Amino acid sequence: MRIIAFVKYVPDAAGDRSFEDDNTVDRESDGLLSELDEYAVEEALQIVSQAGDGEVIALTVGPEDAEDAVRKALQMGAHKGVHVYDEDIEGSDALSTSKVLAAAVRKVIEDEGDVDLILTGLASTDALMSVVPVQVAELLGLPAATQASDVEVNGSTVRVRRDGDTASQYIEVALPALVSVTDQINEPRYPSFKGIMAAKKKPLEDYDLEDIDLDAAEVGEDAAYTEVIDITARPPRQAGEIVADEGEGGQQLVDWLASKKLV
Amino acid sequence: MSEILVLIDHADGSVDKSSLELLTAAKSAGTPVAVFVGTAEAAQQAAPTLAEYGAERVLVASDPALTEYLVAPKAELLASLVESQQPAAVFVSASPEGREVAGRAAAKTDSGIITDAVDVTPDLVATQSVFAGGYTITGKVVKGTPFIAIKPNSISAEPSQGAGSVEEISFSPSDAAKTARIVSVEEKPASGRPNLTEAAIVVSGGRGTNGDFAPVEAFADAVGAAVGASRAAVDAGWYPHANQVGQTGKTVSPQLYVAAGISGAIQHRAGMQTSKNIVAVNKDDEAPIFELADYGVVGDLFAVLPQATDAVNARR
Ligand SMILES: Cc1cc2nc3c(=O)[nH]c(=O)nc-3n(C[C@H](O)[C@H](O)[C@H](O)COP(=O)(O)OP(=O)(O)OC[C@H]3O[C@@H](n4cnc5c(N)ncnc54)[C@H](O)[C@@H]3O)c2cc1C
Repeated sequence: MRIIAFVKYVPDAAGDRSFEDDNTVDRESDGLLSELDEYAVEEALQIVSQAGDGEVIALTVGPEDAEDAVRKALQMGAHKGVHVYDEDIEGSDALSTSKVLAAAVRKVIEDEGDVDLILTGLASTDALMSVVPVQVAELLGLPAATQASDVEVNGSTVRVRRDGDTASQYIEVALPALVSVTDQINEPRYPSFKGIMAAKKKPLEDYDLEDIDLDAAEVGEDAAYTEVIDITARPPRQAGEIVADEGEGGQQLVDWLASKKLV
Repeated sequence: MSEILVLIDHADGSVDKSSLELLTAAKSAGTPVAVFVGTAEAAQQAAPTLAEYGAERVLVASDPALTEYLVAPKAELLASLVESQQPAAVFVSASPEGREVAGRAAAKTDSGIITDAVDVTPDLVATQSVFAGGYTITGKVVKGTPFIAIKPNSISAEPSQGAGSVEEISFSPSDAAKTARIVSVEEKPASGRPNLTEAAIVVSGGRGTNGDFAPVEAFADAVGAAVGASRAAVDAGWYPHANQVGQTGKTVSPQLYVAAGISGAIQHRAGMQTSKNIVAVNKDDEAPIFELADYGVVGDLFAVLPQATDAVNARR
């Protein structure tokens, strides 16, 4: 069982996220392994340990600091790390990013052997790229089962539960496949001291575009499929009217709603 | 006028409101053409509504494989229609499925995609709200056929009669697309309340409910609202995850959002910040939720909500 877990380095959601002058997301500021990807790493580790043998390869595409995201996955227990970085990748949009990830997966397969499963977290916290996982699956010709709240691998198939609004669906997919998992699926482990020490000795490959055999013309800002016209910081909301409840708060609330024709 | 394909969401022929919104957006930018996946009977039932909201044509694809497998067959369908119909754009609802179908179809047709648009102009410039609503971006697809996923509730659906002529199209997905099979479906008991992402009003409860959602539900029912919950309430097992609002739950954009006993963490705001009116009930006057509130009551939700419920009922 060989699993690739996509991990992503994201601006820290708790800090202020911003855009740089060239309209790309400021990824230099304090960042970390997307919390949502920890669920994918955890699930990968559990599946491999249930299978009895295999390995988890944590893969990231991103600036130099993105190595931290891979490092964190290695500390959690992933066996190998891959960090794809090339100046030319900067400014890539969703489809170009998907092309880089797909090419990186092909490279891993070439070097390490067949991959059974690709696991990803939910849409990244910066939300501009929510279609990347399915686009990677499309480019690799793989089936995808997204938003899994439960994943069970049985031999050559994987069974997934997806919890929707009005129903839960059970999906069966033949391996190899791509599966994205929700934050309901498990409780990601914290790296242990031993894990942190061991991670320092684990292999971490650095690839650039040439290594993964992707033409620079296919990525970056110039190759983008979408163009940003304008970015504006949302004006802070007008301070609202705040009242203290002195026994009439519910009534006052409804009077306000009525004045706005909301009830 | 150039055609815009609109992927319709429906339950056995009863069309989702979000699809009518897509038709309205398509009408302002071109000629709406509905793409309907389902049986011929369901299509007959849906066609008058689709026509009323501007669909000139209703393309019906009824191969059962389209609904027996996840996403990939519908993505093939859209890609093949992009090829055969040469539309100016493809609109889908920014639901998880809509986004994925469009994402795959965009990759197949080497096209750009914009997701979570809250507005689209007649020349296909889309507006998105990102980083928990902190920024507004306008952008355009510059390669291939633009795929745009529009958030429910962002555009108001306006009737505008179209011909609505129904055309059966023969399309069968390839074997390669028939890989993620839906083997069973477990229906959840219906709440009888409006759908969270489509509701005009959402009333949400958080940790402050201390596990008792009764006052939240009673107020929601009085105003005809859907019920939402913060992650703290969901993680505590007080309310189902399907009702979670926020970064790892649903994004809602109703006319009115009421947050009761919710502090207003950034991850919660990510799911509700674009609501038109925000009301907060919280006993801590320093709770960050008050920074976004158009109206706030500093008080105990167990006193404020029941009184508000009575006041709404008294207005009838
Ligand atoms: C990766 C990640 C994803 C996340 N995704 C989401 C998400 O999708 N949605 C989400 O909501 N959160 C999400 N969170 C969690 C988020 O950070 C907060 O922890 C959560 O929103 C807090 O929920 P709360 O406001 O109900 O609880 P608290 O922050 O504990 O706030 C409870 C509030 O209730 C008030 N209160 C208490 N008693 C009463 C009373 N009787 N009457 C009135 N007010 C009262 C308190 O003053 C307090 O302000 C996510 C976190 C992470 C790390």
